[in-house]
Amino acid sequence: MENEERSLFIKSLLEIRKSIFISLWFMFLTFPIMVIRIKPLDRTIEWRWMNLVYVGVGTFLLSFLWSYLMTRKDKSGKEEEQSWQKRIGQKIMSDRRIYLSGLVAVCVFIIVFPLQFSTYQTSIMITALMYVMLGLGLNIVVGLAGLLDLGYVAFYAVGAYSYALLNHHFGVTFWMALPLGAALAAMFGILLGFPVLRLRGDYLAIVTLGFGEIIRLILENWNDFSFGPSGIAGISRPGFFGMQFNLHQHTIYLYYIMIVLVLLTIVVVNRLQNSRIGRAWIALREDEVACQAMGIDKTRTKLTAFALGATWAGFVGCIFAAKTTFINPASFTFMESAIILSVVVLGGMGSIVGVIIGALILILLPEYLRAFSQYRMLVFGASMVIIMVFRPQGIISGIRQRYKFTPSTNQEAKE
Amino acid sequence: MRNMRPVLDVKELIMDFGGLRALDNIDLQVRDGEIVALIGPNGAGKTTLFNCVTGMYEPTNGQMNIYPEGKKSLKLNNLKPNQVTQMGLARTFQNIRLFQKMTVLENVMVARHCRTKTGITGAVLRGEKTRKEESEIVDYSYGLLEKMELAQYVNDLASELPYGAQRRLEIARAMATEPFILLLDEPAAGMNPKETQELDNLITKIRGEEKISILLIEHDMKLVMRISDRIFVMDYGKMIAEGTPEEVGANKKVIKAYLGESFDA
Amino acid sequence: MEYFLELFLAGLTRGSIYAIIALGYTMVYGIIELINFAHGEIYMIGAFTALIVASVLSLLGLSGLSLFILAGVIAVIYSAAYGYTVEKIAYKPLRQAPRLSPLISAIGMSIFLQNYVLLAQTSDFLSFPSLIGEFGFMEPISHIMRSSELVIIVTTAVCTVLLTMYIKFTRMGKAMRATAQDKTMAMLLGVNVNRVVSVTFIIGSGLAAVGGVLISSHLGQINFYIGFIAGIKAFTAAVLGGIGSVPGAVLGGFVLGLTESFATGYVSSDYEDVFAFGLLVFILIFRPAGILGRKTSEKV
Repeated sequence: MENEERSLFIKSLLEIRKSIFISLWFMFLTFPIMVIRIKPLDRTIEWRWMNLVYVGVGTFLLSFLWSYLMTRKDKSGKEEEQSWQKRIGQKIMSDRRIYLSGLVAVCVFIIVFPLQFSTYQTSIMITALMYVMLGLGLNIVVGLAGLLDLGYVAFYAVGAYSYALLNHHFGVTFWMALPLGAALAAMFGILLGFPVLRLRGDYLAIVTLGFGEIIRLILENWNDFSFGPSGIAGISRPGFFGMQFNLHQHTIYLYYIMIVLVLLTIVVVNRLQNSRIGRAWIALREDEVACQAMGIDKTRTKLTAFALGATWAGFVGCIFAAKTTFINPASFTFMESAIILSVVVLGGMGSIVGVIIGALILILLPEYLRAFSQYRMLVFGASMVIIMVFRPQGIISGIRQRYKFTPSTNQEAKE
Repeated sequence: MRNMRPVLDVKELIMDFGGLRALDNIDLQVRDGEIVALIGPNGAGKTTLFNCVTGMYEPTNGQMNIYPEGKKSLKLNNLKPNQVTQMGLARTFQNIRLFQKMTVLENVMVARHCRTKTGITGAVLRGEKTRKEESEIVDYSYGLLEKMELAQYVNDLASELPYGAQRRLEIARAMATEPFILLLDEPAAGMNPKETQELDNLITKIRGEEKISILLIEHDMKLVMRISDRIFVMDYGKMIAEGTPEEVGANKKVIKAYLGESFDA
Repeated sequence: MEYFLELFLAGLTRGSIYAIIALGYTMVYGIIELINFAHGEIYMIGAFTALIVASVLSLLGLSGLSLFILAGVIAVIYSAAYGYTVEKIAYKPLRQAPRLSPLISAIGMSIFLQNYVLLAQTSDFLSFPSLIGEFGFMEPISHIMRSSELVIIVTTAVCTVLLTMYIKFTRMGKAMRATAQDKTMAMLLGVNVNRVVSVTFIIGSGLAAVGGVLISSHLGQINFYIGFIAGIKAFTAAVLGGIGSVPGAVLGGFVLGLTESFATGYVSSDYEDVFAFGLLVFILIFRPAGILGRKTSEKV
């Protein structure tokens, strides 16, 4: 037993030594940027030695956490499939009483929310719901069909600017513009998709990123058309039989509109997922070559995914314009695409529930942690790396509903 | 006497990859109801031939035609792989290319794509027609699984299947596209003698009951000799022999190409 | 004619910077088939480190060329260290993962580094001293070409030559080429693939820092966001020339630099970035292999 204890002791010492080295390395690495600060105004240098201490201690502790998580990741592999959330999920689904009462509670909360909370809170919730819709839309492209689109924001912009411009020049109302914006976005999706969809994964990603930036730059510079960086203001809010609302009422109205739209989106995406076209997308993502050999037209399938995804972005774009009543190109940067992509990836690609949770976390959490808001993007970037390294399948791993065939009744039931 | 009508006809097929001539004036026919084997040492160009016929590669020269029953001949040149499958020519792959994260049933259901019609609107609205078509897809797929003795795995993920079952699933999936010609690329690879015998029975059954003509690439000579009506032999991109198993087995060129491998059935 | 020359030289200068950053992209892609989104940020960190170090050193009394070189060398060392660390944290664990994962990780790293510098320093534009004084012998053509432009072009040329020689003649260079062609085989033949990857990142990051220091001195200011734009453009250059090809990266850099320079000079300067992105999209659609690239096909 003594030998065992001794080797354990030595191992821990080695671990500590490793962590010390790592800590020293990071203290060295971050020294110029963290410790020395150049003040732009008076051209002096500020020395922040405390930062060095923070980095040292922080990385020392984090390195233990990191190596612990690494060893766990290497070991677990397939066993993770039967993880805790799947078990909780199954338990909730199976026990009808828990399921129904939970469902009722959630419904009541959703309906009552805007009436109990302030305009500001409701507005945040609307934003979260918008990202849910955006996430579900992008999920079709990335999660189901496996096409990495880094320029999704372009379709979002098309939707927003369609409504804004139509409203500005022709007084088109929200309800009329909604389908128009979506249709225009879909058209753009097909136009953009057509030349690029035969490209391989990485290249597709970069090309779509390029498209997204090009659209933004055009919007920023073509002043005659898009009013340039100053954007378009005074966009009308959605009307309700011509009634006059104040800001609070408008917000509540928009909230309910969003709830309905999100529910519709969930139903539609769910149905698409479990249909002939949905299967084609998943097959496409799994193995493009085999998919074609089974008679599926890969170009058409990809284009459909791309265009459908774009349609959703178009919808949400209109809503965005209506909500903020002012849009400009600065809202449609690559960062937006990255955020929407994160919603899908972090939440769990291909999983509707995952995307919803991902959007809610990604949007609501920073709002409620206002104190740390300046670290928001930092945490965002870090979490993307961390989730990819430790849990690439996302929070809710794509527990896709599989066909569960029950031959006796000759009807399929979904599990 | 079987019908001698050709179902697949390849004439003077040439495939160049830059300076390398992978297929050099290949002629090959498969007749209605036949089981034809394509054999040859590794690198002879057999899979390349498959890839040309199925539209994955565009041949440098040559003609490829198929002859569906009751219709006029169709040219395969310049068709995309999914179009070729739609015409009635399906294939399996040398390295199993199942859809790993889909269930066995779903793998077969996917293959029904080109024989069904529901589009986006149908999928979203889930009307009467759509539901009926979905139900038919499920029934057809399950029926096919039963025929291929895979019904027990119906809800398992394709990746979880034992190797022999995976190979059968590949074939089942190809058959779901309702082909009249089936191209099998080394279906017996990695199988033990018992599994190979089962495969033998399966292929014969497919030819007999489903009336599908078969072209297979194989290295397992016992299987090839037992099952084939005719054999084509390739070496270094050229067709070096063609004929019945007995004829080919005695052919000196063939024996030489295999460097002395014996052909005792 | 003078205007043309001016634009030409400006284009070469731009092109040099794009080329030197593109080298990092192309080497990394050649070895592990990853688009290192964070590479632009390494370039930016190089520039910031140089500025910080130079500021500190100037307080200690250093100035002129020695200040420039010392700050530059330290910046290169630091960027190389950052590159090495980023690889170890965000990419190495994902070497076996499907292509999407390291790409997203790279995007996350890029965002993280941008905001790291933003929070630790400032969002303002910081002025970067022009540490390269005007050379005497440049006097007669000083209205067409500045000394700093000459330095940039020459430095890039020297670095490219050194890199090419390194890859061609040293043992590590050979190992890099082998790994780029067939990673598994190289490993089986005893090449330490991890070491090769690390060295690739170190060299690429160091080069990016050189570019960062040079161009910041030339333009006179830096900001935490310069990495993103420079990164995209350098990536365009790498793809343009043929990703995975060292001469291709340089060629692509110059083509892009010249195109941008002439386009903004003769057509319009507002749409400068659009030209770059447009060129990128165009190349990827019509010739994804790039000018000097080789086509790869999938074995069925």
